[in-house]
Amino acid sequence: MCVSVFLALLVFTAITVWVAGLDLGPLNTPVALGIAVTKGTLVVLFFMGVRWNTPLTKTVAISGFVWLLILFGITMGDYLTRGWLGVPGR
Amino acid sequence: MSTPTTTRHPKLQEHFYNMDQQLEASTLGMWVFLVTEVMFFGGLFMAYIVYRHMYPHAWVEASHELNWQLGGLNTMVLIVSSLTMALAVRAAMLSEKKQQVFYLLTTMALGTVFLVVKFFEYKAKFEHHLVPGPHFNPALEQGMQIFFSLYFMMTGIHAAHMVIGLGIMTYIVINAAKGTYNAEYYGPVEVAGLYWHFVDIVWIFLFPLLYLLGRHGA
Amino acid sequence: MSNEASVHEQSYLGAPHGLASWLLTKDHKRIAILYLISITIFFAVGGTFAAMIRAELVTPQGDLLSSDLYNKVFTLHGVIMIFFFLIPSIPATLGNFLLPIMIGAKDLAFPRINLLSWYIYVIGATVTLAAVFNGGVDTGWTFYTPYSSMSSNTSVTTAALGVFITGFSSILTGFNFIVTLHRMRAPGMTWFRLPLFVWAQYATSLVMILGTPVVAITVLLVAAERALHLGIFDPKIGGDPVLFQHLFWFYSHPAVYIMILPAMGVVSELVAAMSRKQIFGYSFVAFSSLAIAIIGFLVWGHHLFVSSQSIYAGLVFSIITMMVAVPSAVKTFNWTATMYKGAISWESPTFWIFGFMGLFLVGGLTGLFLGAMGLDIHLTDTYFVVAHFHYIMVGGGVMGFLGGLHFWWPKMTGKMYNETAGKIAAMLVFFGFNATFFPQFIVGYMGMPRRYHAYPPEFQFFNVLSSAGAVLLGIGYTMIVIYLIYSLIKGPKAPANPWGATGLEWKIPSPPITHNFSEMPVVTEEAYDYQHAPAPQRGVK
Repeated sequence: MCVSVFLALLVFTAITVWVAGLDLGPLNTPVALGIAVTKGTLVVLFFMGVRWNTPLTKTVAISGFVWLLILFGITMGDYLTRGWLGVPGR
Repeated sequence: MSTPTTTRHPKLQEHFYNMDQQLEASTLGMWVFLVTEVMFFGGLFMAYIVYRHMYPHAWVEASHELNWQLGGLNTMVLIVSSLTMALAVRAAMLSEKKQQVFYLLTTMALGTVFLVVKFFEYKAKFEHHLVPGPHFNPALEQGMQIFFSLYFMMTGIHAAHMVIGLGIMTYIVINAAKGTYNAEYYGPVEVAGLYWHFVDIVWIFLFPLLYLLGRHGA
Repeated sequence: MSNEASVHEQSYLGAPHGLASWLLTKDHKRIAILYLISITIFFAVGGTFAAMIRAELVTPQGDLLSSDLYNKVFTLHGVIMIFFFLIPSIPATLGNFLLPIMIGAKDLAFPRINLLSWYIYVIGATVTLAAVFNGGVDTGWTFYTPYSSMSSNTSVTTAALGVFITGFSSILTGFNFIVTLHRMRAPGMTWFRLPLFVWAQYATSLVMILGTPVVAITVLLVAAERALHLGIFDPKIGGDPVLFQHLFWFYSHPAVYIMILPAMGVVSELVAAMSRKQIFGYSFVAFSSLAIAIIGFLVWGHHLFVSSQSIYAGLVFSIITMMVAVPSAVKTFNWTATMYKGAISWESPTFWIFGFMGLFLVGGLTGLFLGAMGLDIHLTDTYFVVAHFHYIMVGGGVMGFLGGLHFWWPKMTGKMYNETAGKIAAMLVFFGFNATFFPQFIVGYMGMPRRYHAYPPEFQFFNVLSSAGAVLLGIGYTMIVIYLIYSLIKGPKAPANPWGATGLEWKIPSPPITHNFSEMPVVTEEAYDYQHAPAPQRGVK
């Protein structure tokens, strides 16, 4: 089990390096992040054993990322709408 | 020491009722701690997102200056170390003392390799005037200095976590060599493993975001 | 009596003896006392700075303190009161002491980490004090860039590192509480039998672990910008100082809830005990704590209305800010409903909670003024803001802390304090507080800005009133320290349950034994079962 997850991680690393060499236009970042998320999830589920752990541990593991998304989402809500009113500055 | 603890495991602390409660508390504790770590790195990733949004071109240019081969090598090194760490935890659960020590030492060796590679990368940045501050190459475009500030903060704090991880592993491997950990008591190995894997995950995100960003344009 | 089992049956205060046994203790109760002593010292230091501010503002001319010195004084008042008194106040003292007992555990899940958190606090405090003696800090407690990172030539780096270090003591406390609550509850102690104080501590701990790391990395970035020239917020190289404000307030707004939520938990306990009634709407009060903690994370942008933040983001922040009022109001209404037709006894803790409710109400409602984007443009950085957050943080947080301290003092020390002195001090603090801060609402609305040592003469009347109130406030606080210390020496011995209150902490002796319970408690009743509660052991008049 550990070894197959390990091989998958190596394969994904190779893919992410290979994909980075191609120009996918707006998809560059989503693809790179998608692969990173997949790799991270594999580590969390198998190496860190969340798959076999209690629902509480799963909730805790997810909550960190949910809170991160709140920080990112709301802050970018400011940066992305700054130009809308045409105020000088950003 | 005449407490009536004849049936208690010697490694069971007195405020816990049994070994299961102790193990569950320590793993949950580590997970809660890792949530704080996620938020700690999260502040840096927030800055990364904002400035990448502001300076998309400078970000690609700055990323060219990083050596993706070395970054890729370090990614591999960390993934292998995660595997050996997972195997060390399993060896502890199976009460295999020799395997534990072997896998823990391998993990530590790989961690050291990572830091050595990192050292040579940093050295190259100093030589190329890419360290922010008065000596930063003034010919470079606006925003690139912020990229390198973030690069050094992110990889620097990550490397600090690796150093702390190596310290924890030293403690664990000494105890493992004494035969402390076995099927009944392996909490510390598992908790150290969780921490190590987390540091690996941070790098899994740092690698594409910092090193691979500008590769298709190169 | 030399074996270990009997040592654990003795009072936690008595055995073992000696300074080393306190400084190396793993007992949550002793760590709570260590924290209590340290935060009292910092309250005195922060209070001294406050006294200097009020003395300067008696006259319109900046004659007592130079403007440079004044900047340093209000900065240190803020930094010390917030990071070294208010944030650890209830969680690290009352929470540390009571949380394991209330859930029927022998200790917190990680006793050594609990002690570590106190040492980290002491180290952080020492580093910050080093900054004070090394020229002080003049950025305001908010460390706003680019002033803090580029212009200020005071010890910002040292102070920022002090705050960074102290952050970890708060993280460790929160983390310990969460694991303890999930893993250490006694048999029968279900989530909905937990005292509401414990629910409030849980919500507080969530804020501590989710928010504190972000401010830690933010002040570390400021320190790195000054010490290592790593520019993240530096406008010269294209950085955005407003990003600092986002990251700073992502923690520092929820931090207000770190100060007020535990106080609300205290009030929930005291309201039920002092009116001898089951709390009205238990689950609403419990979930409103969680709601405040969660919604509190979505509103930080209301501190940025006059920065270059997008007006659309401001609009959303303004609306969500109004929503925080809902769970806060749920609590206030439920406390009122609990007291309705209750047998209210006029003990000194009652005085503190009435004080809390009045002051928190004013503070909360003026918060709505400031959350409204249009009005806030007028009120930003005036004394209105200063008055508002003192009503929340002192009127709410400190009143709640003192109420809890008076309620659980007999349990913590095994001694009764002088009841009349307690009532007089509560009245002094309540009236002194209002005299100090209510005039600041008016003078702030009239346009007096904060953080200046001189002001136009027409504002003098209000400022003199405010300084006079501060004298009363100071007398009240000093009185408390005196009669509480006196009670330790001369106070009568406290019975196990002086208030006739429910809860596991009142079923064990005062002060508790080292292991809290001689045998594992099994909980069979709901919280606040005041119909079956024992009668108070000291006469209720």
